[in-house]
Amino acid sequence: MARSITPRRKTLNTSLAWAVGLLIFFPILWTVLTSFKTEAQAIASPPIFLNFDWTLENYAIVQERSDYMRFLWNSVIIAGGSTLLGIVIAVPAAWSMAFVPSKRTKDILLWMLSTKMLPAVGVLYPIYLLFIQMGLLDTRIGLTIVLMLINLPIIIWMLYTYFREIPVEILEAARMDGASLREEILFVLTPMAIPGIASTVLLNIILAWNEAFWTLNLTAAKAAPLTAFIASYSSPEGLFYAKLSAASTMAIAPILILGWFSQKQLVRGLTFGAVK
Amino acid sequence: MYLRHALCASAALSLIAVGSAQADTITIATVNNGDMIRMQGLTEDFTEKTGHTVEWVTLEENVLRQRVTTDITTKGGQFDIMTIGMYETPIWGQNGWLIPLNDMPAEYDVEDILPAMRGGLSYDGTLYAAPFYGESSMIMYRTDLMEAAGLEMPDAPAWDFVADAARKMTDKDNEIYGICLRGKAGWGENMAFLTATSNAFGARWFDENWTPQFDSDAWKETLTFYLDLMADAGPPGASNNGFNENLSLFQQGKCGMWIDATVAASFVTSPDDSTVADKVGFALAPDTGKGKRGNWLWAWALAIPAGTDNEAAAKEFINWATSKEYIELVASNEGWANVPPGARTSLYENPNYAEVPFAKMTLESILSADPLNPTVDPVPYVGVQFVAIPEFAGIATEVGQEFSAALAGQQTAEEALAKAQALTADAMEAAGY
Repeated sequence: MARSITPRRKTLNTSLAWAVGLLIFFPILWTVLTSFKTEAQAIASPPIFLNFDWTLENYAIVQERSDYMRFLWNSVIIAGGSTLLGIVIAVPAAWSMAFVPSKRTKDILLWMLSTKMLPAVGVLYPIYLLFIQMGLLDTRIGLTIVLMLINLPIIIWMLYTYFREIPVEILEAARMDGASLREEILFVLTPMAIPGIASTVLLNIILAWNEAFWTLNLTAAKAAPLTAFIASYSSPEGLFYAKLSAASTMAIAPILILGWFSQKQLVRGLTFGAVK
Repeated sequence: MYLRHALCASAALSLIAVGSAQADTITIATVNNGDMIRMQGLTEDFTEKTGHTVEWVTLEENVLRQRVTTDITTKGGQFDIMTIGMYETPIWGQNGWLIPLNDMPAEYDVEDILPAMRGGLSYDGTLYAAPFYGESSMIMYRTDLMEAAGLEMPDAPAWDFVADAARKMTDKDNEIYGICLRGKAGWGENMAFLTATSNAFGARWFDENWTPQFDSDAWKETLTFYLDLMADAGPPGASNNGFNENLSLFQQGKCGMWIDATVAASFVTSPDDSTVADKVGFALAPDTGKGKRGNWLWAWALAIPAGTDNEAAAKEFINWATSKEYIELVASNEGWANVPPGARTSLYENPNYAEVPFAKMTLESILSADPLNPTVDPVPYVGVQFVAIPEFAGIATEVGQEFSAALAGQQTAEEALAKAQALTADAMEAAGY
């Protein structure tokens, strides 16, 4: 039986949730607001919240100085490509770990996760030298592969967790009906795990979109994504916070919109199997 | 017939090859500073004159440093021109990683580059990078607050005067702080300021045998003086303040004095950005009467990495961007106050530039910095606010963290210096000195 919640408690919970939500969202809101200020207003003390002359000047300057669409296109290809490639590799891997585990499955899962504990800079030089040898520096395909490899442990872990929630009897029934392994994964397992796969895809697109170590270090002029676009507006000598905020807003807008429209799917996937 | 066709085809291919050699695309890595952005905006002029096109990779200073260092040490070949500073140039030049610039055309007039800049960007007498703009550090002060304090700033003040003025100008109730100085940890942040300042107090990083000197009385005096002054007359949270944070405070009228890069002069006197634009005076960085001033010397310079496929086009670009004509081009487009300063002698002989309020003090600051003899006592290294050895950036960043922690009140000056001495000695021993 569900516990009864008093209206007062409900109001309190709602207020608390809103307060935490606003606290988390505030830096993004402040960045967006700053992007509409002049540079002088951006550094004003005490800070100006809403009472300023809104201007689109920063966006015009950023647009004039940088080829935003080129950076955006690179981000879309690199984030989308690395995620799709990761899913293609991770689905069979997660299937075997979830449904035909061996003695070492747990160890392999832990080992995969342990690769995330290595500081990225520790392997910068080996990767950079490999990229030179293979002609992959400043290419979208090179970055797609690197970001896929970085996110692969997370993709496999997430899919493994979702697949474990699917009754093995359903797969056995499919096998008894004559389904091949490929058909079993493609037509039985995958449709049942769609919410989990969708949330994995979304989360990994967000991770790849925001990745700023490899995307800055392995690109120059051709394959640079939106992280490089933001970095080009950060200045050690000069206050260009309003322009930096405009560039940041333009960089996060696509992923913010994607997240907004798919939030139900994301939450559904992330809580998949939480309640049996 | 076949032979004629073959000859025609090969001639056409040669022409295409020559054509493409004449119109290259060069990739330039640079920082997001105002002068660099102006240069990007004027690139069309270069393309019109030479036919070459330019692809810019603009990055934040620390990211740029990591990016170009990785590329040059691995011979990645991603950039045809790199924007580097006075610290990297002699080290990279010595390692053979940069193409010498000793064959620039006569009209480029290498001799016109300020001697301090030329010296700092050379190794063993060979120029390895051309200064795009140069800077030193100087005092920027509020003329109205100085007057209200009943003081008059000399052109070349002593530290005692500056400290006295800072304490008199301070009005913490009204959020006015007598002096704003760098406190944020980093070899190019607080350690640039403190290393340069220590020169004026007679301190040095190493003696002639490369033994660290943080246990000397001169370093103790430097750090204690800085900490006491900042406690009395500095802004709150100063251990987080770097160039931009202090610029923001000064532009909002919260600093009586600010000692920092000369390039800041154009920002603090800009009526669009600064609330105190018409109340700013300039003076040389202070001394203590020991013969050295606490002003640094830095240049953002353009260098060509060895192994680039576009050496000729890259040299043409450097010839264009660091020439006298480029300065004229900026002046005609954006006014004399916005030309890249501190690189060429002829700029300071130009009567138009002499009218810019900070021109004279910038030049005097640059000329008074001597990277070859930076300290009162002799040292085995080159560099005013840095020591031109590869290990310096790492060591100074750690030392900077100790000094920043002392400024935040987490430890005393003695504790910070003892830790600095120990970590520097360890690092130097490990490096084989």
